[in-house]
Amino acid sequence: MNSAFLTSLIGDRPLIFAFVVVGVLTWLCYAFSKNITKGRIHGSAVAIIIGLALAYIGGATTGGKKGIADIPMFAGFALMGGAMLRDFCIVSTAYGVKLEELKKAGLAGVLSLVIGTALAFVVGVAVAYAFGYRDTASLTTIGAGAVTFIVGPVTGTAIGASSTVIALSVAAGVVKSIAVMIMTPFLAKPFGLTNPAAAMVYGGLMGTTSGTAAGLAATDARLVPYGALTATFYTGFGCLVCPSIGFIIMKAIFG
Amino acid sequence: MIIYGVMVLGLCMFVGTSIGLTLGIMLGIPGDIGGVGFSMLLLVFLTPVLKKKGWLPKASEDGIMFWNAMYIPVVIAMAATQNVAAALSGGWIAIIAGILSVVVCFALIRPLAAMAGAATSTFGDEA
Repeated sequence: MNSAFLTSLIGDRPLIFAFVVVGVLTWLCYAFSKNITKGRIHGSAVAIIIGLALAYIGGATTGGKKGIADIPMFAGFALMGGAMLRDFCIVSTAYGVKLEELKKAGLAGVLSLVIGTALAFVVGVAVAYAFGYRDTASLTTIGAGAVTFIVGPVTGTAIGASSTVIALSVAAGVVKSIAVMIMTPFLAKPFGLTNPAAAMVYGGLMGTTSGTAAGLAATDARLVPYGALTATFYTGFGCLVCPSIGFIIMKAIFG
Repeated sequence: MIIYGVMVLGLCMFVGTSIGLTLGIMLGIPGDIGGVGFSMLLLVFLTPVLKKKGWLPKASEDGIMFWNAMYIPVVIAMAATQNVAAALSGGWIAIIAGILSVVVCFALIRPLAAMAGAATSTFGDEA
C-alpha cells in the first residue's frame, strides 16, 4: 500500500475514519477497564485519558494546536470532536431530564456559577501574583484564564494584556479543563457528586464545558445533562464579568 | 421517522443559540452567552409536550437518542484534539493556576449541593 492509496482511502473519508478509530479505542479501553482495573476506573475515563495522551503526541510531533487532528490522517477527529457535534450531543442529553430536579437545584446552580467564577478568578490572580506579576492587566488576564481558556483571551484582548500573558491564560484554562476531565471520576464519590442536584452545582462551580462534559461522562453518564446545563452558562458569564467588574475591582486593588 | 427527532434537536439548537447570540450582541460580548443551555432548556420543556400529543413516536425519539449515545465517543474525540502540548509547555504558573482552581471548587460541591436539595435528588430510575 503506497501513501497515495492511503491518502485517497482515508483522506477523503476523515470523519468515517475518526468513527472507526474512536470505536476501536473505546473497545480497547473498556476491555482494559473491565479486565485490568476490575471496573474501578470507568472505561470512558480510560478512553479520555488515552485521548489526551494522543493529543499530546499530535501536538508534540507537529507543533500544531489541534492535538491528534494535526496529523493529516486523523484530521477527522477535529470534525467529530469539534464544537458543533459536541454541542449537538450535549443538547440531546437534555432529553429525559426531570423538570423537578432543575427547579430544585436552580437557585443553588446560579449561586455556584457566581461563586465558581469568582473563586477561579481569585485563585488565578493569586498564583500570578506569587509568580511575580504585578501589573493589573496581566493579573486580571491570568485570573480570567483560570476561569476558562476562552474567558482568558477575551479578557486579555479587551484590557490590552501582552500576547505572552494571553497565551499563559489560555494554557491555564486548558490545564483546568484537563484537570477536570481526569480528576472528576476519581473525586466524584468522596465529594458527593452522585445526584442531579450536586451535578448542577458542580457544573456551575467548574464551568469549562469540555472538562465537565468529559469528567461527568467518565463518572456517570446520567449526570451529564444536569452538569452541562449549568456549565454552559459559565463561559458566557465569565466573558461578561471578568473584563468588566473583575478588571474594575483589580484596578481598585492594584492601581 | 428518525429524521424528525434529529430535526427537533436541531431546531432546539438553532432557537437556543439565537437567544445566546442575541444576548451576546445586547451585552456587547463577541459570541454566544449560554446558547447550548437555552437549547437544552427548550428540549426539556418541548419534548414532554410533543410526547403528550403523540407527535414524538419511538422512531423520532431514536433520532434524539442516537446523538445522546454518541456523546461519549464525541467527547473522546474532543479530548484527543485538545491543545495538551501547549498546556504543559505553559509552565508551572499555568499548571498550578489550572489545578488549584479545580481543587478549591471541588471542596464547595457538598455544601452547595446540600442547599440544592442533594439529599432528596434522584435520577428517578433507581429501583
